[in-house]
Amino acid sequence: MTKVGVITFPGSNDDRDALHAVELLGGEPVSLWHADADLHGVDAVILPGGFSYGDYLRTGALARFAPALASVRDFAERGGPVLGICNGFQILCESGLLPGALIRNRSLRFICCWVDIRVESTDALITQDLRAGDVLRIPVKHGEGQWVASEDEVKRVEDEGLVAFRYCGPDGSIDDEHNVNGSVGNIAGLRNARGNVAGLMPHPEHAVDADLGPTGGKPLLAALIAHALESVG
Amino acid sequence: MTELLYRQLGLTDDEYQRVCDTLGREPNRNELAMYSVMWSEHCSYKSSRVHLRKLPTEGPQVLVGPGSDAGAVDIGDGMAAVFKIESHSHPSAIEPFQGAATGVGGIVRDIVSMGARPIASLDPLHFGPLTDARNRWIFEGVVAGIGQYGNSIGVPTVGGEISFAEPHTANPAINVMCLGIAPADRLIPSRSDTEGNLLVLIGATTGRDGIGGVSVLASATIEEGSEENRPSVQIGDPFTEKLVIEACLELIEGDLLAGLQDLGGAGLTCAVSETAASGGMGAEIDLDLVPKREAGLEAFEVLTSESQERMLAIVEPAKLDAVLEICRRWGLLTAVIGKAVPGGRVTARMDGEIVVDVPARSLADEGPLYERPMQAPDRARPSASDPTKRDIDVREAFLRVLGAPNIASKRWVHEQYDSLVQAGTVVGPGADAAIIRVPGTQKGVALSSDGNGRYGSLDPYLGAAHAVAEAARNVAATGAKPLAITNCMNFGNPERPEVMWQFAEAVRGMSDACLAFDTPVTGGNVSFYNESGDSAIWPTPVIGMLGLIDDYHLVVRTGFAGEGHGIYLLGETAAEFGGSEFAEVVLGEIAGTPPALGLAREHSLHELLIDAAAKGLLASSHDCSDGGLAVTLAECSMASGLGFDVALPGDLHPLEALFSESASRAVVTATPENAGALESLFDGAGVTWLLIGVTKGLEMKFAGVFSIDIEEVRSTYEDAIPALLEGRSA
Repeated sequence: MTKVGVITFPGSNDDRDALHAVELLGGEPVSLWHADADLHGVDAVILPGGFSYGDYLRTGALARFAPALASVRDFAERGGPVLGICNGFQILCESGLLPGALIRNRSLRFICCWVDIRVESTDALITQDLRAGDVLRIPVKHGEGQWVASEDEVKRVEDEGLVAFRYCGPDGSIDDEHNVNGSVGNIAGLRNARGNVAGLMPHPEHAVDADLGPTGGKPLLAALIAHALESVG
Repeated sequence: MTELLYRQLGLTDDEYQRVCDTLGREPNRNELAMYSVMWSEHCSYKSSRVHLRKLPTEGPQVLVGPGSDAGAVDIGDGMAAVFKIESHSHPSAIEPFQGAATGVGGIVRDIVSMGARPIASLDPLHFGPLTDARNRWIFEGVVAGIGQYGNSIGVPTVGGEISFAEPHTANPAINVMCLGIAPADRLIPSRSDTEGNLLVLIGATTGRDGIGGVSVLASATIEEGSEENRPSVQIGDPFTEKLVIEACLELIEGDLLAGLQDLGGAGLTCAVSETAASGGMGAEIDLDLVPKREAGLEAFEVLTSESQERMLAIVEPAKLDAVLEICRRWGLLTAVIGKAVPGGRVTARMDGEIVVDVPARSLADEGPLYERPMQAPDRARPSASDPTKRDIDVREAFLRVLGAPNIASKRWVHEQYDSLVQAGTVVGPGADAAIIRVPGTQKGVALSSDGNGRYGSLDPYLGAAHAVAEAARNVAATGAKPLAITNCMNFGNPERPEVMWQFAEAVRGMSDACLAFDTPVTGGNVSFYNESGDSAIWPTPVIGMLGLIDDYHLVVRTGFAGEGHGIYLLGETAAEFGGSEFAEVVLGEIAGTPPALGLAREHSLHELLIDAAAKGLLASSHDCSDGGLAVTLAECSMASGLGFDVALPGDLHPLEALFSESASRAVVTATPENAGALESLFDGAGVTWLLIGVTKGLEMKFAGVFSIDIEEVRSTYEDAIPALLEGRSA
């Protein structure tokens, strides 16, 4: 069974929900601790949502110094699958594993709602079973989810096809109305060049259980579990 | 000098004398500070206790009743639902963001200190009209504060009603409610009952914030210049709170604690004296050992600071190392500040000297008790006018009521709250009741909060009874059975006989309704002095109702669920406009008497809704209350985007049929296959029912009166509050 580790930082909130989702989808959830550099032999790592270190200094800025994160960096370099969700995405950007940065939402308010995201690249480990253009219904809940980068960086990200997801309408249309936080290019999530590292602001772990709502997160986490063992180099 | 000081601290001459009699001497400055906070209205309930005693508090479902940090209700399978409501109105009135944020922090710690994991919050909020700039500042600050704190600690905010009324302009009523779940046999007492057990302070450092929060702030009216009391407002640090929650839950799970209490109002004084008094012990503490935020704090400051994110754990010496290790792992500061001693006295040292020596019970249990004078107001209420005699366009009235801030969508608020974290929210904000599933089971806990100040202003007895009835109806509408309540009594100055009369009437109304529905009171909070100058808030008891459904898959939702479903109006409609939303918005009056309330009839409706849901006969279900049938049908329709075609009851004027707020009503739908069985169930239950129409299409059609597109109604309903905030006309 695929062992999926979820790192708990001080201030992580969705760590238990991610563990629960992994279990629900048939993976073996493994709880990891920020201060422990040992990843305990997991096949994939999730950096969960929440407010690690209270979001103090900047979102994700302190978590990147955690001992566990140094190990995550090595793990990712060896091809190990890493998924950053919300605060986890912010941590991946802060630690340079993914480009750009996340700043306060355009509205300057926290937003919790269901959105649609369109799959842009199927070269990420978590999107390889989907088709470009697929629309997933999934919730966001963040105050700082507006993805930004320098013009050059944005161009590189677009040219290299590193955009994994964009905010869209229910029919997949990309427009400003559905850009929930004002991200450049409606970008909701990114992958690295190799495809083993991905991050997104929406919460797939909160969209896996039909008892609670739509299940647009299910294919992403299912792919993480299904393909993790193929991935580690 | 001392005489002036005790008055400044909020004690009366008689109360000061009582302190002297208790001690057999004059209190020193530190002791005086302790008595002033513990004997404040906020902590001692000195004006309300004689009335609150009359509330029904017992039942087989009640595991922990009033007097603890929170109430606890048996939800079967050895699990307890722990819940409590509190107010943080005074701090929020002068510093909205921190006032509301620390309100959330406080109620969450109350739940944790019972040994339960907090799994949901609800925030009933009452503001002044948003047409006023200062009210907008309070509104936006409170919502942002609740969001920031609640979101950061990972407790979903799943509901709570929001209303607007002129009397709340200077005095918003900011109530916070929290639900936790714990194994029933693992509830932790707030008690120190064993000699030699250690008192361990966990969490934040102690600073100068929040000194006198319960006395000079919460137990006095808000007047010109109250901003000077801002230092009495605490400052929240949700990050530390999150660590405190996780560490305390781990300590409880490891069976490492003999007792636990949060430090809230009255700070260390309250936590030490209450745990000692309830365990029949005394306590010795050393203030030098309390971790401080700055040097030079005086003893009375350490004793009464309301610095947030602190807990007092009672620990057996043999378990101390394990406790400290877990706290260290979570990065939390800890300090052993004293121990339990026999004799019942609380003594505190500082710099090696004894600076406090008082009986614990005198602080915690033996405060003053008042039977304050009560007087019903002698002025006659204006009677309600008859709108059917006036030329009112029904369609226009419909849109005005749907766009009134009390009725309009609260999406602007709810979207600022994380309602999803913990993966348990089956039904979130904006519904009749929120439904949270109990981890590891099929059960769902239903929660609703309701208060109706307008009804209360016309008749405080009926206002309170209606609040209980509506809260129970909201829970029953989902299919859950109402089990128990917590309550937050928001009132004016109890030293005024009219306010005290309102309070007594509200307690009587609440009591009668709770008895009728078998929903005992498990605790709550009284917030007095919500007035400025001679303008008090309306008497507003807010009821937090807790219910249970055995299988959350059977929860019935508000929205119409499919085309061609029969729409039934349950209950009887009369021409009752007193205190209604329609009367205020369209007629511009708050007059007459609130709708009549037959408690037995109301209870029959609840039983019927629960029974029909359990049998799977309901396709949708929605309580009919504020704004009347018009609002109920519109909400059912907007929730799913499916229209309706209904014929209004023929014996009523359309305005009466649509906008009367007659009590004990609901709107349910059923598929054609289930219609027969459902109608038989109605007849058997003896509830009046009427098939008024069918779900259909994309418009709301009131046959022979008017029709309107759902999207037109939706835009009015959704845009009302954003437009007010942006200073646009909707």
